Amino acid sequence: MKGISAKRSRGSGQCRKWEGFLFILPSLAGVLVFIFIPFLDVIRRSFTEVMSGKFVGLKNFRTVFSNTAFRQAAYNTFRFTGICIPMLIFCSLAAAVLLQGQKKMGSILKSMYLMPMAIPVASVVLLWKLLFHVKGMLNGILSLAGMRAVDWMNSEYAFGVLVFSYIWKNLGYDVILWLAGLAGISGDIYEAARVDGAGEWRCFISITLPNLLPSLYTIAVLSFLNSFKVFREAYLVAGDYPHSSIYMMQHLFNNWFRELSLDKMAAGAVVNAVVILMLVLLLQRVWEKE
Amino acid sequence: MRKTVQMRYLLLIPLIILAVICCYPVIFLATGALMDVGELTDNLGPVMKGSEGFVSWRFMPLFPTLQNYVELLLDSPQFFVMFWNSVKLTAGILAGQLLIGIPAAWGFARFEFPFRKAVYTLYIILMMMPFQVRMLSDYLILDRMHLLDSHLGIILPAVFSTFPVFIMYRFFRGIPGAIIESAKLDGAGALQIFLHIGIPLGAGGIVSAMVLNFLEYWNLIEQPLTFLKDKTLWPLSLFLPNIGLEKAGIAFVSSVVTLIPAVFVFLLGQDYLEQGIAAAAVKE
Repeated sequence: MKGISAKRSRGSGQCRKWEGFLFILPSLAGVLVFIFIPFLDVIRRSFTEVMSGKFVGLKNFRTVFSNTAFRQAAYNTFRFTGICIPMLIFCSLAAAVLLQGQKKMGSILKSMYLMPMAIPVASVVLLWKLLFHVKGMLNGILSLAGMRAVDWMNSEYAFGVLVFSYIWKNLGYDVILWLAGLAGISGDIYEAARVDGAGEWRCFISITLPNLLPSLYTIAVLSFLNSFKVFREAYLVAGDYPHSSIYMMQHLFNNWFRELSLDKMAAGAVVNAVVILMLVLLLQRVWEKE
Repeated sequence: MRKTVQMRYLLLIPLIILAVICCYPVIFLATGALMDVGELTDNLGPVMKGSEGFVSWRFMPLFPTLQNYVELLLDSPQFFVMFWNSVKLTAGILAGQLLIGIPAAWGFARFEFPFRKAVYTLYIILMMMPFQVRMLSDYLILDRMHLLDSHLGIILPAVFSTFPVFIMYRFFRGIPGAIIESAKLDGAGALQIFLHIGIPLGAGGIVSAMVLNFLEYWNLIEQPLTFLKDKTLWPLSLFLPNIGLEKAGIAFVSSVVTLIPAVFVFLLGQDYLEQGIAAAAVKE
């Protein structure tokens, strides 16, 4: 009897160790089955031929990298991120700092900035179409100023339209993130600096900015991840074959999917995953050094 | 002192302009939906029929009418099928995320177990991957499970999205350890603590994750576009842009009706939405 109870209590000790694991088990099982294991399969496929399943080394990767559509989409994605994220971060920081000084109107304005997050892409597309059409509202306004009509969606300007729609959609989100960062800075530091005679601008440069640096990493990463969602606007406004300046990675994957080029998709998915992971880790490295 | 007050009002101007730009689409859609066919054709003529000039717009409809709403209600059975599809998909995904995600977030936040850190890191990495990375793997598993072209095939992978786990984790971490310790001393088991302390005290996080994800999944585009060939299964978000401008009234009204649930959730859950967004920014 003694033996059994001793065993049981040891058993429950073991149990306690795995108790938390039981809570995550359903989720982990689903993640493994639906996401992780299929992705391992995709990695395997990226090194094999689609029909025979024969190992072909880096052949698929070579095909993908020499594919002009892939290069175009990669270039567009990098260009888009490189332009949008600094712009968004700057605009939202400016708005957040100004907003912080506003007492009464502050919270109403903040909710108004968040509104675009709630507006479904599918709803706002109607406005984008009427706004950016050759005979649309924007050209109507420009013609009043005596400017020539521009075909916004079917020229280089399409890229600008996409940049605008990304910033419009994500501004409020980033403002909230910055405000959270600003709220974390203790008022005492400002108090002390003011006693020493520092002006508003000096306070901003020497206190606000350095203290916001830790938030910058999170905000940059989240803005980056949200930038992939502009495909929705690009797709709903311009369809499967938009102007080449807004041809995104997701367009390319949709085309590959239609052609059933599963080997290209596999290699492309692996390349995308590696690049995203590297960028995030790189950012983290740079920031931790600061 | 007066100078700084004046300055504050001056700085309010750009902030207000920005806010108007943010909200203008809602006003635009709402006014368009109230215009009668004649007025819409007048305004949108250049785009609809290729007539001379540019699209013009008034801030207020000349003769506000509910005619478009009535037409949508009576003559567009298709719209309601899509609306119902959207409701089904969103509700199914959110319910599944609650059921699976809450215990998972609690497990990560409140227990120590082997490989906890490694598994959590995996969750974060998966959370960051956009659809283009997951597209083929989703397809392969759905194909094998014969879930292509079904709502379940959209719902199941989304249920195991790791994003809500991440958000709720942040909130569960914030519950003071002393409360849980004292419950343990009173003899409460792990399940009781989870149900009676974890869920009530972490409710803010749970609601935050749900609000964020409602807005996300009401907007679902990439997944149904790829995995639903049968257009009668499509959600509103895919169907809406297919309504041509020749039916401008219907296009406006259905855009507004799609907008309403999202704005409703947004207004009700705004505090939670802000907390949910900010949760990602707080350092542990």
